[in-house]
Amino acid sequence: MMISLRSETSVLGRWWFTVDRWSLSALFLLIACGAVLALASTPAIAERLGLDPFYFVRRQFALLPVAALSLIAVSMLTPKQVRVLALFGFLAAVAMLALTFFIGVEIKGARRWINLGGFSLQPSEFVKPTFAVLAAWLFARQRRHPGFHGDAIALALFAGVIALVLRQPDVGMALVITVVFMAQYFLAGLRMFWVTLLAAVGIAGGVGAYYVFPHVASRINRFLDPNSGDTYQVNRAQDAFSNGGLFGRGPGEGTVKSVLPDAHSDFVFAVAGEEFGLILCLIIVGLFTFVVLRGFARMLQENDLFVMLAVSGLLTQFGLQALINMGSTLHLMPTKGMTLPFISYGGSSLLAVSLAMGMMLALGRKRFGAGEAA
Amino acid sequence: MATRLSDVLSFLPARLKIEGSAKQTIDVARNRLLVGGIMFALAFLVVGFRVVDLTVINEGREPRLANAHRLTTLEMDRADIVDRNDVLLATSLRTGSLYANPRQLLDPEDAARRLARALPGVNEAELLARFRSERTFVWVKRSLTPRQQAAVNRLGIPGLFFQREERRIYPHGQIAGHITGFTDIDNRGIAGAEQYFDERLRRSNEPVQLAIDIRAQHILREELAHQVAEFRAIGGSAMVMDSNNGEILAMVSLPDFDSNTPALASPEARFNRNTLGVYEMGSTFKVFTFAAALEYGTTNFNAVYDASRPIEIGRFTIHDFRGQNRRLTMPEVFMYSSNIGTVRMAMQFGRERQREFLSRLGLTRAAQFELPEIGPPIVPNPWRDINMMTVAFGHGMAVSPLQLIAAVNASVNGGLMVRPTLLRRPEGAEFPRERVMTAQTSEQMRRLLRLVVERGSARSAAAPGYLVGGKTGTAEKNVRGRYRQNARMSLFAGAFPITAPRYSMLIILDEPQATARTQGFATGGWVAAPMVARLVPRLAALWGLPPMDETQPQVRQQLFVNAALSR
Repeated sequence: MMISLRSETSVLGRWWFTVDRWSLSALFLLIACGAVLALASTPAIAERLGLDPFYFVRRQFALLPVAALSLIAVSMLTPKQVRVLALFGFLAAVAMLALTFFIGVEIKGARRWINLGGFSLQPSEFVKPTFAVLAAWLFARQRRHPGFHGDAIALALFAGVIALVLRQPDVGMALVITVVFMAQYFLAGLRMFWVTLLAAVGIAGGVGAYYVFPHVASRINRFLDPNSGDTYQVNRAQDAFSNGGLFGRGPGEGTVKSVLPDAHSDFVFAVAGEEFGLILCLIIVGLFTFVVLRGFARMLQENDLFVMLAVSGLLTQFGLQALINMGSTLHLMPTKGMTLPFISYGGSSLLAVSLAMGMMLALGRKRFGAGEAA
Repeated sequence: MATRLSDVLSFLPARLKIEGSAKQTIDVARNRLLVGGIMFALAFLVVGFRVVDLTVINEGREPRLANAHRLTTLEMDRADIVDRNDVLLATSLRTGSLYANPRQLLDPEDAARRLARALPGVNEAELLARFRSERTFVWVKRSLTPRQQAAVNRLGIPGLFFQREERRIYPHGQIAGHITGFTDIDNRGIAGAEQYFDERLRRSNEPVQLAIDIRAQHILREELAHQVAEFRAIGGSAMVMDSNNGEILAMVSLPDFDSNTPALASPEARFNRNTLGVYEMGSTFKVFTFAAALEYGTTNFNAVYDASRPIEIGRFTIHDFRGQNRRLTMPEVFMYSSNIGTVRMAMQFGRERQREFLSRLGLTRAAQFELPEIGPPIVPNPWRDINMMTVAFGHGMAVSPLQLIAAVNASVNGGLMVRPTLLRRPEGAEFPRERVMTAQTSEQMRRLLRLVVERGSARSAAAPGYLVGGKTGTAEKNVRGRYRQNARMSLFAGAFPITAPRYSMLIILDEPQATARTQGFATGGWVAAPMVARLVPRLAALWGLPPMDETQPQVRQQLFVNAALSR
């Protein structure tokens, strides 16, 4: 079968032989982990909200096939198609992001969501991957065609996006977008003078956020000095890991999900630790590491700057989000509301990360011939 | 579009150069990508190590949350209350209280029915109403016994939980109910020592040691109950106090209640007559009139008072009860408890000095004592001559038994006012003593009090060998402004051994009814004094006080009073 497919010229056959099947498998394993943890973590949350225990499970399981399919479908695109998708996706996401200020739904003090027929969508999630691809193209284009002011356009877009996201307010999202953008700019050959300057500006921005946004200040204070305020969630999360040990307490046997309001999203890693133990946690960490590092390693051989910048940007976003989520749960850094890609409950996040990884796979596919990717 | 654009640009001559620069750019990007990859690898490594650290290395560690929780709301067990010999009067027992989360109950009807069957005192309908509420926490029953807890566990109903609690237990429940008081369901002291020492009991691990001797308490209660029953009194109160340091060794108020079940007690039973009740103390007040007169030097043992006819003042007439209707010597006035003679004696020193003297004895202000149930005295205001006359023989002014025993004690112990205390005084501890009369006055009062037991109205109080001295009293109860002849308080106040008092005591019976044996009398001498004769030998045996020969010459000399009217 496999061998016969090698000569296959159908779209599916070509895709199968060009896509990075290792990364694809790792991503599907992550989706499987997410499914199991949705089963473990969401019934307790649903019960606390007075909903049917399997309310969230049903919603997530309805979305998982959609996510998996869109991941595969997007990964079938050519680099050029990816670029077009990113451009229009970006425009649509930014438009919706702007709309949140007019028709947005306020959840937990932030206007990040808009309602789409019973399904609330968080447009900023979609801004992240599409902007990364768009920025990569703009950077790459200027390198190839010096007359084209790609850097300037990218910087302008970046400024606009950050302004919108900060107005939500969503500091975490702004942070991820900024780091990804800067990483791409860095890869694109930004001179070291500017790298140093931007690093300084980044630090200043972080300090600024501490003083400008009270909820940021509060979180950082609590991280630095656990006695300064409520560290209940982080303490509970740490206890969950201690509870779990090597093999965990068994599916459904955890307690952290019944006390942490965000056990299905921001603290889902703690549920994994408590119920499935160190083994599953290491598997999850290992999968994220694998996807990111394998992607990076492949990009070292990449000759097309756009592909390299775009894939690196998407993987940076993916890995950074995973690191921030796990790092907060493990009390390695101040708590930052951030979903764990593919694992956390949440439709927008799941679909957006599927889109991102789909684009990553599509761009990373083997291309025959020395043609420019885009 | 981009491809097309690049095609267009490819015509440019600079293409090769650009190609070269693009190559250079890719190389820079690769190097920098390597840096990024290494940073990611390190970061994931740190996360991995941290997971191992938290799950395996920290496994089984004390949870940090439980630690933090305990630190902030550390709930120590409420401290014990013990008597002077470390006998437990109140202690805490850990129990479990049952509560439910109605949202987790699968079948509220079934749960309510089975719980009502398993636990006494749980009403099925009430429980079901609570189970149907929207709340996530409802009490089912507080303080379950281990057996009941096992029974509830056996029911296997999900959504039921135990809350560890402590319950206050009073091993001597009924005997010392008014002293220990009790706590509410949340273990806050709301009566007696539990309330007065609430802060200390909650904060400290050290037991609160009372001056009470639970054995004496038991004896006193038994004797008083006997007296109350015999004379069908509506109640009674009695106290025994250490004459020297003011420790209250026993304190009984009847009817009483069991501290373990205060809710079952009537308000009358919960009422502590000794500290909260204030009464007109009748002839026992004559002790203070005599002491004042001796102290002010307006009388002496040879003084004579005309008690041949009643004193009329305004619309009042002051009579003697079974009066001698003749001139009486000063000791005779005391011995026969002549109202007329006493009033004449008071008139000699006057109302100002009377008020001043009674104040000195702490009778005009609320007592200071380690119980929250303190009744303030009812003092005449203004203090007119008529008040002076009635107060002289214990009417028109009401004080608590606690105030009375303290004042009587000061009159016999050498003239030192000692504040009564419910707390045991540590050995050799200093405590305030205030001289309120000369030692000589006190010595003369002791002779007079012994005279009453030897030859006066308290003859039945004589406990041979223990040299009891005391004064009886009978007060007509003032009900809604009118004195009722048949409703009276009958009292005995005294001390033993009277030559050098060690214990002072006060016994009061409320509305005792005369019996055939008392020949129709229900006065202090007939109903309160006999109890003293039984009580004193029992207490003396308990405290190792040997009986003595009351006829020894030096004792006779110490107590000699020439009461006879010398003509």
